[in-house]
Amino acid sequence: MKPASILLLAAVLWAPGVHADGRRSGFEYMGAATQAMQRDDSLNPGMLWVLQGEQLWSRPLGDAGGSCAGCHGAAPQSMRGVAARYPAFDAALGRPVDLPQRIAACHQRLRPGAPPDAEAALALQAYVAHQSRGLPIAPPDDARLQAPRERGRALWGQRIGQLDLACSDCHDALAGRRLGGSPVPQGHPTGYPIYRLEWQGLGTLQRRLRACVVGVRAEPFAADAPQWVELELHLAWRARGMPLETPAVRP
Amino acid sequence: MARSLITLPERVTRGQSFTVRTLLQHPMESGFRVGADGRVLPRDIVRRFRCLYDGELVVEVELFPAVAANPFFEFSVRAVDSGTLLFEWEGDQGFRHREQRALSVA
Repeated sequence: MKPASILLLAAVLWAPGVHADGRRSGFEYMGAATQAMQRDDSLNPGMLWVLQGEQLWSRPLGDAGGSCAGCHGAAPQSMRGVAARYPAFDAALGRPVDLPQRIAACHQRLRPGAPPDAEAALALQAYVAHQSRGLPIAPPDDARLQAPRERGRALWGQRIGQLDLACSDCHDALAGRRLGGSPVPQGHPTGYPIYRLEWQGLGTLQRRLRACVVGVRAEPFAADAPQWVELELHLAWRARGMPLETPAVRP
Repeated sequence: MARSLITLPERVTRGQSFTVRTLLQHPMESGFRVGADGRVLPRDIVRRFRCLYDGELVVEVELFPAVAANPFFEFSVRAVDSGTLLFEWEGDQGFRHREQRALSVA
């Protein structure tokens, strides 16, 4: 098989698409140029962070000299499918955590008192989530996640802010229509962390959610508030079975 | 920390032209934006990009504040001999980033 056809096959295998039940990845709403940018790794700026994450993965941290690779080994094997099942319940913390929080907790164990800088954390998230590209989102069947997920679902339908809008008002009822010039997507978290052209950089799902909350002129929750993870739990459940695209490009 | 992503074929035939793609991680701060503290953020852009093929200049680009972050370039080069491609970015605040790639011509 020629390299080009292998590439094409790989692209088809993980191609984000329209799900049988009408769920659509945000990828489907983008213009052809932005889609091409995501599809081709040599064009996708998100790959810069994936590359940095790969370097950070084996870099020693802290006095003991431990690294991500020291415990987890080679990421292409050990991290395959991990991002697809987050947020998950963390027994040590006694609450559900999303992937960025899980990586931060690991970092904290290796190097107490020195949180990773934001760019390095993003790079690690991108690298870890990249290992699950093409795999379906698979929220764990964990009874302890049931209650937070329900709270997330309630938040999704809760009207907030001066505009008095709930997430579901746009992303369920009006998805596919337009807000100003831009299409309103269904809001599936299939490619986080994403490279957003508007941000000119990589950003997390929490950053995207915060932008929506501020957009309806509501006061966003604190960065470590449980509400974010609850919303993410609901979103992962809502998008279950859809393939991950990390690092996705969005307008 | 500067990072770049360079894509080019490993082997090319003599006389054939091939595509080179470069992506550089850089904020390209225009110098017109205002930060959270109300002060204008100082300009920090890449001003020049160069590609040398065995010491010979094949591409040179001048960049301006309107170019978006993480500038991307795609260009074609005709294969002459096996050698190295040198990529060079220079910019404000002493920014300088260099990368090399070996090219084998059959």
